[in-house]
Amino acid sequence: MSEKKFIPKSKFGQWFDSRLPLLTLSHHLSDYPTPKNLNYWWTFGGILTFCLIVQIVTGLVLAMHYVAHVDHAFESVEHIMRDVNYGWLIRYVHANGSSMFFLAVYIHIFRALFYGSYKSPREIIWIIGMLIYILMMVTAFMGYVLPWGQMSFWAATVITNLFSAIPLIGENVVTWLWGGYAVDNPTLTRFYSLHYLMPFLIFGLVVLHIWALHIPGNNNPVGIDLKKPSKDTVPFSPYIVVKDLYALIIFLIIFAGIVFFVPNILSHPDNYIKANPMVTPTHIVPEWYLLPFYAILRAVPSKLGGVVVMFASLFILMFLPWLDTSKIRSAVFRPLYKVFFWILVTDVIILGYIGANPPEGLYLLVGRIATIYYFVHFILIMPILGFKEKTIPLPISISDPVLSNQARTISKR
Amino acid sequence: MNSSYTILATIIVLLFVFLYLSWVIVSNKIIDNENNKKIGKRRDFLFTASYALGAVGVGVSVWPLIDQMNPDASVKALATTEVDISKVEQGKTITVLWRGKPVFIRKRTKEEINDAQSVKLEELKDPQKDQERVKKAEWLVMVGVCTHLGCVPLGNKGDFNGWFCPCHGSHYDTSGRIRKGPAPTNLEIPRYEFVDNNTIKIG
Repeated sequence: MSEKKFIPKSKFGQWFDSRLPLLTLSHHLSDYPTPKNLNYWWTFGGILTFCLIVQIVTGLVLAMHYVAHVDHAFESVEHIMRDVNYGWLIRYVHANGSSMFFLAVYIHIFRALFYGSYKSPREIIWIIGMLIYILMMVTAFMGYVLPWGQMSFWAATVITNLFSAIPLIGENVVTWLWGGYAVDNPTLTRFYSLHYLMPFLIFGLVVLHIWALHIPGNNNPVGIDLKKPSKDTVPFSPYIVVKDLYALIIFLIIFAGIVFFVPNILSHPDNYIKANPMVTPTHIVPEWYLLPFYAILRAVPSKLGGVVVMFASLFILMFLPWLDTSKIRSAVFRPLYKVFFWILVTDVIILGYIGANPPEGLYLLVGRIATIYYFVHFILIMPILGFKEKTIPLPISISDPVLSNQARTISKR
Repeated sequence: MNSSYTILATIIVLLFVFLYLSWVIVSNKIIDNENNKKIGKRRDFLFTASYALGAVGVGVSVWPLIDQMNPDASVKALATTEVDISKVEQGKTITVLWRGKPVFIRKRTKEEINDAQSVKLEELKDPQKDQERVKKAEWLVMVGVCTHLGCVPLGNKGDFNGWFCPCHGSHYDTSGRIRKGPAPTNLEIPRYEFVDNNTIKIG
């Protein structure tokens, strides 16, 4: 960070800042030099921070009314929906908030994939981001169990049973997770405790994620290194703050639209039936944001194999900075990678679609092909492309392409 | 309780072995170094010993925090269930809850028993004779939890007229053996006994 040393104006400010440099920190955050060409795909970091805060605040309120007990959990959720003042609103915001959170995180991740934001010197930011993503999935899963409906119960059963695939100790691990011989009250209470804890762990990781970001500074759509501060950067406040807020308002309009008009569109009707350990619903599927992984799990015709491949599909992302051998960050200058990027996006959407359907016939076949392609993309295409691809020459600065275009149009006149 | 004490005792014994070995190694070094008049190595032993003791201390205090998640005494106390089977008709299944899991008790028909007994073991993914899975050929008692990921299979369904799991498509035969699909093993047989002709005690 090549900023000038900050000295507070007031005497008290100087006294305080020399003891706890909070003013220096806030000055750094507002003055933080940001590439001036950031587009709207870069606004999702701020949106995600907002989502986390919404989930923590609404969750805190719901915890004041929710009862974590198999005999009362389902009823207490209905009590929130019917009796508690604005309980319906708070719960719908919390439940749909998780979907909006994942929507934003997927856009955020694919933005990083497109513009090569995970590459040197930003590997640690990427890895922390992946840890946040994994924690988000764990948190969302445990939260989904709390209403104790049929989907809650069977999601808990199926997901915890994934661990029974571990050789030798699998059964003991599952019993330990359950605190019994099936998903029951001990499972519910511990999931509640952990569901409350996880968001704060995520919050801590978000602080590290932003800290790690502020060392090299933001990547940008052109993907070249910038001098900071320089003519190519603008201070975070007010330029990026205003842009982020504008994007956030658009995001909130969609969020509010779902909460007020179709609050149950992303949930399953079966979860309004109280959990029954004797009957499995005929068609159980996870929430939409986990569907691609569910499709990968079912694509492998072996229990242990399926579980291993599913976890591998997640952890392979951690190694992406080293699997991608290309020196060029942005896909704008990588004509082939750009094509493969969109194929990967399509592949993940196909996996999501397959995950929502029963594992039979054509669905199973397509699911298997899409699973294989997913791994081929990361293990073969990414490393080979770095050596084979003919990239487009990079501009000298982020102003250069814009200015030379202008110069050209002016000279044409 | 007992297992935790065993673990604790093992850790302490290992600690002493470790301390003794490190003493032997470190004192060798001290002798070597005495020629060069370096005596700082004695302190290394103290460091290693303190770290080891610290690690054991952390391990011992973390164990209760981990073990508290295992089934508690009240859960273990519900380990047996008695079921009256006098009203079950031929070709019908009743489902009872045992340790929070459904248990299928089926009075099988002649054809089902014949089907189950005539299957060749080579055809099975998890080879087991039907006779090993029942105490009386007529009565099939098994845990109604799919061995894949724990869903409850549906009765009288699937390619083998036994059970079919709707979650990920596992087919079981009339003896509850896995025949097709992702489940790795046959449906589990719980420990049970016939108390008399009309009562089964599970667990």
